[in-house]
Amino acid sequence: MSAAAPIKTGLFDCRDSFAATIESLAETDPRIVTVVSDSLGSSKLGGFKKRWPERMVNVGIAEQTVVAVGAGLANGGKVPFVSAAACFLTGRALEQIKADIAYSNVNVKLIGQSSGVAYGELGPTHHSIEDMAWLRLLTNLTVIVPSDPWETEQAIRAAAAMDGPVFVRVSRMPVPALERSNAKFEIGKAETLVEGDQATIIANGTMVHRAVAAAKTLAAEGIAVRVVNMSTISPLDEAAIIAASQTGAIVTVEEHNVRGGLGGAVAEVVTANTPVPMRIMGFPGFLPTGSAEWLMEQFGLTSAGIVDAVRQTIARKAKK
Amino acid sequence: MPLTAPDRRNDRVATIADKALWIRRRSFQMVYEAQLGHPGGDFSATDVLATLYFGVMRYDPTKPNDPGRDRFVMSKGHCTGAFYSVLAAAGYFPEADLSSYMQPLSKLNGHPNRNYLPGVETNTGPLGHGLPVALGIAIAGQIDNADFRTFVLTGDGELQEGSNWEAALTAGHRKLRNLTLIIDRNRLQQGARTEETASLDPLDDKWRAFGWHVEMVDGHDHGKLLDVLSADPAQRDKPLCVIANTFKGKGVSFMHDNVAWHHGVPTKEQFEQAMAELV
Repeated sequence: MSAAAPIKTGLFDCRDSFAATIESLAETDPRIVTVVSDSLGSSKLGGFKKRWPERMVNVGIAEQTVVAVGAGLANGGKVPFVSAAACFLTGRALEQIKADIAYSNVNVKLIGQSSGVAYGELGPTHHSIEDMAWLRLLTNLTVIVPSDPWETEQAIRAAAAMDGPVFVRVSRMPVPALERSNAKFEIGKAETLVEGDQATIIANGTMVHRAVAAAKTLAAEGIAVRVVNMSTISPLDEAAIIAASQTGAIVTVEEHNVRGGLGGAVAEVVTANTPVPMRIMGFPGFLPTGSAEWLMEQFGLTSAGIVDAVRQTIARKAKK
Repeated sequence: MPLTAPDRRNDRVATIADKALWIRRRSFQMVYEAQLGHPGGDFSATDVLATLYFGVMRYDPTKPNDPGRDRFVMSKGHCTGAFYSVLAAAGYFPEADLSSYMQPLSKLNGHPNRNYLPGVETNTGPLGHGLPVALGIAIAGQIDNADFRTFVLTGDGELQEGSNWEAALTAGHRKLRNLTLIIDRNRLQQGARTEETASLDPLDDKWRAFGWHVEMVDGHDHGKLLDVLSADPAQRDKPLCVIANTFKGKGVSFMHDNVAWHHGVPTKEQFEQAMAELV
């Protein structure tokens, strides 16, 4: 298998998991190629290039072309993994992702690296907190936001195994490996990590481990909160959301703008089926200067912030 | 079909001329019936399309996904009148289907969709998309040392899109001899002349500077198009750019070089006059 080493005790950079997995896949599938826009280092693909230099295509600093070349390589029988910083890959090349990849419905895998606010201090040009919103609207495109190294590996393997376009949102924020009693990954299926019936936290990506920590804190107070990892945001597991609404309160949390992303997707399902009090946690828009961790703290995207949000949302349920 | 019979050049040029005439007549009928379309650009591109499909490209319309096929990417995706007509003429789908052009639920959308129609390699419509995708196809061929060729047809106004120049850089850098770009140089964009909008000249120098081999030809001369496009790619070490000097509305007197026919549609009288001229 392709387990990547932790960057420090108990914490992982999911890019390492991506890089190890793509090398593992490339060993047995000669169709796999990687495509970068001078984003070799930021994608941690140095090892891949050393092993298969002819199977790495670097188009230079040209995001529109890196996406379009992926479409062309798929036409030529390759399974291209197009990897670049999520902010530029999805923002600069959005029309190529729409027309060449999603609308054309081709077998291209897009890997958005260092998503969310990972590039904290570099500012909003380098943050990618809009990508879930604009990508989940594209018909045919599967959008996966893995939560930890294991799920990153599973997402990359599942993307390679399916015939069709996939976007995988990879973080560089250090995350722990989540504890799973029954680990099973399936595209389009939400994963219940903690059982509970008084409220549900629906999270994805780097927020999942914080949601689990919040649920443990609340459990100690006698509040049983379910935690659902919604790693596939398109196609959405609507049944899991409708089931979550049966707990009477939903808090969504994402490393993303509060508009249009995971929370918006959940709200679309909840309002159309079984409306319950909801709280959408995320970032309000362009962010001030600060490190990734500082931004998370500042905007309440911490386990303590999630605990508060759950309490408040349960309180709204009680008032009804 | 192309290359299945060793036609002599003159026979092949005669076939291309016949097909080009048919494409002009059929595409104009489509535009007339739909009262929608881009007939000016259909007519400037017709001779290039007829030459590619009836003189140059290696393909089998019954095997549209054959890995060894030559690829054609229609980057000027608005000129579907001509593109759908040449695909029908080449045998990808029945000619009768052309009568559904842009009708509700037709497979013949205003811009081509590969999931609707065989023979369409990638969905185009927004400009500046075809060359970068064709670049990727050619790179796949280069990696595999495959012998298929990749052709892409762009408009000239379309070259104002920066994505083309991103792709031009990498194609030149990788010396992609298996890639051929044909520019439909009719000098008109939708509202004005290219040179009055964001000028492109000297266009040949630009492509040479990006590392391409450039040929400039009369884009309505079937023999010259055939010679340039069927030249052995192994004889060069660069991608090929063919600047096809054309006229918007070529073939019909009142449409000739007339910007109004970018997306103009004919009245009954204009349609009948055009059909009388296209013989």
